[in-house]
Amino acid sequence: MDFRLSPDLMEMKNSIRDFIDNVVDPLAGQIDQDDHIPEHIMKLTKDIGLFGLSIPEEYGGTGIDMVGKCSIYEEIGRTSNGYTTVIGAHTGIGTVGIVDMGTEEQKRRYLPGMASGDIIGAFALTEPSAGSNAVALKTTAVRKGDKYILNGSKHYITNASIADLFTVMAVTDSSKGAKGITSFLVDKSAPGFIIGKTEEKMGLRGSHSSEIFFEDCEVPIENVLGVEGLGYVNALTILANGRAGLAARNLGSSQKLFELSVKYAHEREQFGKPIFEQQIIQHYLAEMAMDIETLRSFTYRVAWMVDQGMNVIKEAAMAKLLGSEIYNRIADKAVQIHGGLGYMKDFPIERYYRDARITKIYEGTSEIQKNIIAAQIHKEYMKTASPAHIK
Amino acid sequence: MNIFVLVKRTFDTEEKIVVSGGKIQEDGAEFIINPYDEYAIEEAIQKRDALGGKVTVVTIGGEDAEKQLRTALAMGADEAVLINTEDDLDELDQYSSAYILSEYLKDKEADLILAGNVAIDGGSGQVGPRLADLLGINYVTTVTSLEIDGTNVKIVRDIEGDSEVLETSLPLLVTAQQGLNEPRYPSLPGIMKAKKKPLEELELDDLDIDEDDVEVKVETVEIYLPPQKAAGRVLEGDLSAQVKELVNLLHSEAKVI
Repeated sequence: MDFRLSPDLMEMKNSIRDFIDNVVDPLAGQIDQDDHIPEHIMKLTKDIGLFGLSIPEEYGGTGIDMVGKCSIYEEIGRTSNGYTTVIGAHTGIGTVGIVDMGTEEQKRRYLPGMASGDIIGAFALTEPSAGSNAVALKTTAVRKGDKYILNGSKHYITNASIADLFTVMAVTDSSKGAKGITSFLVDKSAPGFIIGKTEEKMGLRGSHSSEIFFEDCEVPIENVLGVEGLGYVNALTILANGRAGLAARNLGSSQKLFELSVKYAHEREQFGKPIFEQQIIQHYLAEMAMDIETLRSFTYRVAWMVDQGMNVIKEAAMAKLLGSEIYNRIADKAVQIHGGLGYMKDFPIERYYRDARITKIYEGTSEIQKNIIAAQIHKEYMKTASPAHIK
Repeated sequence: MNIFVLVKRTFDTEEKIVVSGGKIQEDGAEFIINPYDEYAIEEAIQKRDALGGKVTVVTIGGEDAEKQLRTALAMGADEAVLINTEDDLDELDQYSSAYILSEYLKDKEADLILAGNVAIDGGSGQVGPRLADLLGINYVTTVTSLEIDGTNVKIVRDIEGDSEVLETSLPLLVTAQQGLNEPRYPSLPGIMKAKKKPLEELELDDLDIDEDDVEVKVETVEIYLPPQKAAGRVLEGDLSAQVKELVNLLHSEAKVI
């Protein structure tokens, strides 16, 4: 068992950390306030190659494995989670589908642009009536000659306002339930494709979630991603593997909050001494440190499992759940350690506190993660138990 | 354009310097490319991209310096050369470094050699000018702008509080000052590509240098940290009395007037 990252990966991680800490993070407050990422930051982010994280080298990306991606995600978690989300949504659910299931022609057409960041990707599954119950999709796709005609709407679609290419789930055969859903690559310029209003959010500011509408939207048949009818099944795999990445992002944010808290505890004096000398503060920090190391170990183990091609449905759900719970409790403790300052907009703690909350909701709520874990526990038991034990 | 960049591996600027037994302790310390050399690398890459040619980064040091060369390759340099003196020499000074570099560069037909203005460790700023002298080419230090048109070069250099505009010609050695450019961070694809770029390792023998030729001429007498800064003094009383006392102190205590 070797827990060290390769020298190349260390170099990548260090380069991204320097970039995030020195270039992006000084503007994190501004990104939050303006709900906008400055253009020069987006340009530098493209230059440094972050958009190509999931794309193989032959298509212009970095093509690193899941352990590598998590080690980069950990670093981009150290700043505005809105910024993190723009990159995470693109490099995760926005591009992985094309990399894993795209035809050679689709890959050649889209991946080089997606690697450079000139084509931003988004993933459109959620609908007003299909959130946690994702199979209840109402968006339909009907074949007509060499095209599909899409009708319906989606909401809370991350990156929609800046995306050029959407991976859209739509029902192609309503009689087959989960196996009647197909993925489509929809260009933002497709006829009948409309981007609606952007939501005002509590956190993740700088990343935009919007409605999208399909009004007799025409999509050529060559834009079907993967096999017809397997869109939802494939989406589940993409979402599952991506959950390790979410845990890594939460790990980075937790680590950042911990560093800020340790520093503040040593600098802030009350009762004639630094508050670090109060045992309660020491205990808070010890708990935070323990949570972070637990999350780090588990996240990289799940990432390693993804790289080995192992089934990670259960473990990835655990990592996503653990990451969001740890991030939220660390954000809460960080506010407590910082006291009044932790509640003020002049200091970054309250931003992380707001940003943390969504991690228990998006990409599968905590409750859904527990359902997934329980379903896998049940499945494992049914495999091993003799029929006599099963009632 | 055949461009060479002189690179030095130095302590990370965030490292705490610990002196023990008359030496700076390197154990566990992080090392980086000398920050001024980063400006030189960035400028070299920009000039190559604009004018064509090749960028070779060169360093003198031990095996460990390979990491900094790989970083320079990841930024976009084409080739790297490590002149490894680890087994041959115990120490280097400005004279020996410049001499070794001149022996390496003398037949390379460099059009442009870039270096940092100073290294943040020794801070002498001498290796660049000494090398130019040994090679018999022009040099300009503390450069903040560099424009090349054919073999003509227009330079703006920092002269501590003001700037000076110069015209000179290639071949040329310049040392980079802060403000010359904004060095890029090594990109992720750049780091992947850097693994496949050539990194040549040379020893003194390969350059036909005898150890005696590069014996250091500088003797280090003592290394110590600067004294702790004492607390400032606040003068009191009415304004004219304070001014009188200040003048008095500058004269008798600080001895600056």
